[in-house]
Amino acid sequence: MGVVENNWEPKILAFCCNWCSYSGADLAGLNRMQYPENIRILRVPCSARVNPQYVLRAFMRGADGVLVAGCHPGDCHYSTGNYYTRRRFLLMQLFLEYNGVDPQRFQARWISGAEAGKFKTTVTKLCEEIKASGPNRKLRDAK
Amino acid sequence: MRRVGVFICHCGTNIAATVDCQKVAEAAKSFPGVVFSMDYKYMCSDPGQAVIKEAIKTHNLNRVVVASCTPRMHEPTFRKTLAGAGMNPYLFEMTNLREQCSWVHSDKEKATEKAIDLVKMSVAKVQKNRELFPDYIPINKKALVIGGGIAGMQAALDIADAGYKVTLVEREPTIGGKMPMLDKTFPTMDCSACISTPKMVDVAQHPNIELMSFSEVQEVNGFIGNFDVKIKKKAKYVDYSKCTGCGLCETKCPKKVPNEYDLGMGVRPSIYKPFAQAVPSKPIIDAKNCRKLVNGKCGVCAKVCPTGAVNYEDRDEIISDTFGAIVMATGYDLFKWEGAYGEYGYGKFPDVITGLQFERMVNASGPTGGKIIRPSDGEEPKTVAFIKCVGSRDPLKGKITCSRACCMYTAKHAHQVLDKISESKAYVFYMDVRTVGKGYEEFYENTLHDKAVYVRGRVSKIYQEGKKLILKAEDTLSCKAIQVKADLVVLATAMVPSAGSRELAQIVGFLPDLNGWYQEAHPKLRPVETPTGGVFLAGTCQGPKDIPDSVAQAGAAAAKVMGLFSNEQLETNPMTAKVNETICSGCGTCAPLCPYKAIQLIDVQERVHGKFVERKVAHVNNGLCQGCGACTVACRPGAIDLQGYQNDQILEEVDALWAW
Ligand SMILES: Cc1cc2nc3c(=O)[nH]c(=O)nc-3n(C[C@H](O)[C@H](O)[C@H](O)COP(=O)(O)OP(=O)(O)OC[C@H]3O[C@@H](n4cnc5c(N)ncnc54)[C@H](O)[C@@H]3O)c2cc1C
Repeated sequence: MGVVENNWEPKILAFCCNWCSYSGADLAGLNRMQYPENIRILRVPCSARVNPQYVLRAFMRGADGVLVAGCHPGDCHYSTGNYYTRRRFLLMQLFLEYNGVDPQRFQARWISGAEAGKFKTTVTKLCEEIKASGPNRKLRDAK
Repeated sequence: MRRVGVFICHCGTNIAATVDCQKVAEAAKSFPGVVFSMDYKYMCSDPGQAVIKEAIKTHNLNRVVVASCTPRMHEPTFRKTLAGAGMNPYLFEMTNLREQCSWVHSDKEKATEKAIDLVKMSVAKVQKNRELFPDYIPINKKALVIGGGIAGMQAALDIADAGYKVTLVEREPTIGGKMPMLDKTFPTMDCSACISTPKMVDVAQHPNIELMSFSEVQEVNGFIGNFDVKIKKKAKYVDYSKCTGCGLCETKCPKKVPNEYDLGMGVRPSIYKPFAQAVPSKPIIDAKNCRKLVNGKCGVCAKVCPTGAVNYEDRDEIISDTFGAIVMATGYDLFKWEGAYGEYGYGKFPDVITGLQFERMVNASGPTGGKIIRPSDGEEPKTVAFIKCVGSRDPLKGKITCSRACCMYTAKHAHQVLDKISESKAYVFYMDVRTVGKGYEEFYENTLHDKAVYVRGRVSKIYQEGKKLILKAEDTLSCKAIQVKADLVVLATAMVPSAGSRELAQIVGFLPDLNGWYQEAHPKLRPVETPTGGVFLAGTCQGPKDIPDSVAQAGAAAAKVMGLFSNEQLETNPMTAKVNETICSGCGTCAPLCPYKAIQLIDVQERVHGKFVERKVAHVNNGLCQGCGACTVACRPGAIDLQGYQNDQILEEVDALWAW
């Protein structure tokens, strides 16, 4: 691992499903909960829309961490989508590990539309962990 | 050429206090494709929207990004603004600067930096937005209700009263379901038949309701607003257009069999109505037992029928019809305890009966004329023991679920024993007493005042000693082993999904939950809808419940149907999956993943080397697809994409964050 720039801040991409996690994030806003600025939310209809290809692309472009957040198992707006997400997530973690990327940089979480607090703590913790791991250099495009 | 306009909203000070909106607007000017960028105090206000419309005209914009509050709030508003300016409303993206940026951060510099990133993502995405057009599908304003228990009847009546046509399909010879079988109903103890049979008559007489008894739904195709349904009318062997329901045939029929309606406790003829107040009030012939139909000998009913209504040549008939909405109301069955509970004798002790058998017995129109007796010898029992949760809350032998009505009906039964039989004793073995409804706790208290003995513990064994049944149990409150000598034992057996309900769900196009009950679209917010558009739920098919809850839910389902029918046509959401047929290999992986049965393999013809060949490709039905995108990820050749959330749109967003 190379030298970390002095005031380096990680940039983390969060895929949030429209019905649960995205609205949980909205609720965190309504409640004026504070969390680190490092997170960039990308809205998808369902966590099952997240193609592993997107995750890979994010890491290649330089994402330091990627979060996929969906409804709780059993509560999916589309009834079964998050079950696919769960399986794809496990495979994707193995794949990343195989490629030498710390699989902890890629996380999946179930956050409902009411769990503003969980949204806040999840992203806060993730930011701390990624900060501790330093910047992602492994898959980053050669520049 | 993309000509993107970016509009940054201050939302008063909601955004502007923590995000430097001017700076964001300035930064946006350098993003690819952006030809105009500005900030404004309230973008959603009338003047704000006018500014957008004006800019679209003067700068010839063909893509618009508004960065303001959450799209869950004002996305529809701004889409309308675009439409008002003559643009396709889907050439629009919204950036969430309020809920997901200004409100959750306080460092203005960092929040502004993040806001610039978020706008960047939207600008990147909007470049790839295509024009999308909703489909309009006409709504066939006729409802199909499947199951004619109290829930199905209530839903049918409510929809019919609102002026819409309803077809009610019931597979038994009569509607009514379980409710008219019951004697009295908790918590008010009003006579069950007295309040349910008038409803049955209302259904039969309603000008807007077509009642199809002894019929089953065989096939459902299509989607919300337009379900094509095939219904099998099973052969009744009685021509209902001629039959007057006089009942002469029933009295003359020589072949008697156990009566299902009385759960085998009485007999009925082979040409029969299930019970006196059955609706329709006309008999059917039980083909399995009728002598004429089995071996050609008999024919008494045809001979005595004064109107010539008996027709031994009758056959099943398939009817096709189109409906705009479907209400599922197939109710419940009772858990078959005989196969599971060896400790209660596997059903070999005649004096161990179920709660529903008890209901038939105390019912004045039941097989014993309302007398509580021991089935073995007809004697009046003095000590009656009730065992609750037989198959409920017992994942090992039965179901994990609570059946919700048993605590109350057992309190009712114990009260009835103590009320009807002098110097009787009632023991109730329970795990917990759950009395959640209005007036329920008071009802249970009354049964305790009647001196019913409640013992907390499961019965571990029942055996016969002379004429008595000995129950061995542990009283878990005093930690003592106890033994009760009873004359009659009544089991509160679990409610389970009705036979065939899983297959029916498959036919209609949705999935039951883990326990086989019909799954609602959302457990809190959409409790009477299924995930499949236009299919609604009423009564116990959704999960165990009592009559008040079944009726309330039926009314709610009816209201949903009426809401749907108040529209002339339905605008579909154009953000659905779309197949690129050229790339699709027809492997079919996507189809079973779809929770809405929206994907089918169809044949396409194409010219290859001058010859026509046929091959299979996936096809998405826009009326059914809800736009989740689960199929898109599973597609091996990448032939399915989700409009509005296309691969290139999302990848562009990702790229923008780091590569722009
Ligand atoms: C012993 C006992 C006592 C009870 N006492 C009370 C009480 O006192 N008070 C109270 O509030 N509740 C009581 N209940 C509960 C009550 O029975 C139910 O809440 C109520 O009957 C549910 O009505 P339903 O319409 O949902 O179902 P059901 O009554 O089961 O009706 C379902 C109907 O759908 C039909 N059907 C099923 N499958 C199909 C199909 N594939 N095609 C066509 N038709 C189909 C069935 O034939 C039936 O007619 C008691 C229950 C039991 C077991």
